[in-house]
Amino acid sequence: MSSHATTHTEEAEHGTIKSFAVIWIILLVFTAIEVLLAYEQITPIIMLTALIGLSVVKAALIIAYFMHMKFEKFSLFLTLFPMLIFCICMMFVMMPDSMRAMLMRTQ
Amino acid sequence: MSGGESVWNGGGSPYLVNSKKFGMWLFIISDALTFSALLMAYTYLRLSTPNWPMPFHFSPSIIFSSIMTFSLLSSSLTMVMAVHAMHHNNRKSTVGWLLATIACGSLFVILHATEWMNLIHHEHITPSGNPWNEPLFGATFFGITGLHMTHVIIGVIYLSIITIAVSRGKFKYEDVEVAGLYWHFVDLVWMFVFPLVYLMSAKV
Repeated sequence: MSSHATTHTEEAEHGTIKSFAVIWIILLVFTAIEVLLAYEQITPIIMLTALIGLSVVKAALIIAYFMHMKFEKFSLFLTLFPMLIFCICMMFVMMPDSMRAMLMRTQ
Repeated sequence: MSGGESVWNGGGSPYLVNSKKFGMWLFIISDALTFSALLMAYTYLRLSTPNWPMPFHFSPSIIFSSIMTFSLLSSSLTMVMAVHAMHHNNRKSTVGWLLATIACGSLFVILHATEWMNLIHHEHITPSGNPWNEPLFGATFFGITGLHMTHVIIGVIYLSIITIAVSRGKFKYEDVEVAGLYWHFVDLVWMFVFPLVYLMSAKV
């Protein structure tokens, strides 16, 4: 991407075919890691954290390159995403309660 | 950027994107909140239920859902190529890439429907009940994947309309780009549904 930026400004604004292919391969590798992770014997909460972490990276790659956000004006990003991330973080407030509910059910 | 009008009369463009694209982004953000609320509710129930059903055998469920993930990811790549071709004003190539995207999306829907039928007929999991007596599993599974599949089906119809219009010489670059945004969003949602719903309930 960066090597082309100086020579083809128009290509740099929209990404190159090579950069799309590289992102696609990275996404496939991450998916493969997730599938392998599902067969490891780890507690649900750790597996959940690892899977969500990998998925967030994948989502960020899709938004930045496939959905073109990296090449948009920064003001568009600021308008759309901090609000979304904040709302999603607010939903996490309820998560600790799920562990408490689990303990109450097993007792 | 529209030059003539003053900012107070609706001129100017603070984001330097056209209104169709901005509208699609606003829709995507609100739809993302819908899906995150559903997935959050699912995760809560998943963690708070001691004996959550783990019905997904490696074959066929995990293999099927992995192929579905692969086809959606590939459809995103072909969609990007369609937008790229349209940007270079190559309508013939755009139609080809759009058809490839539709094919991948249709493959996803067919595999998903097969997977549902397998669960209903062989594992006896329905939206209201299952052998483990945890009706919440069926409710959340069919609710989330059903809503996502609805989005994919709408996306396939949307892309078909765009393909027909582009092949007839109608529509501009921005229309294909906006359709691409929607399609990538559908792909993005599956990137969360697949690990949370399938991989978290894989039968080891």
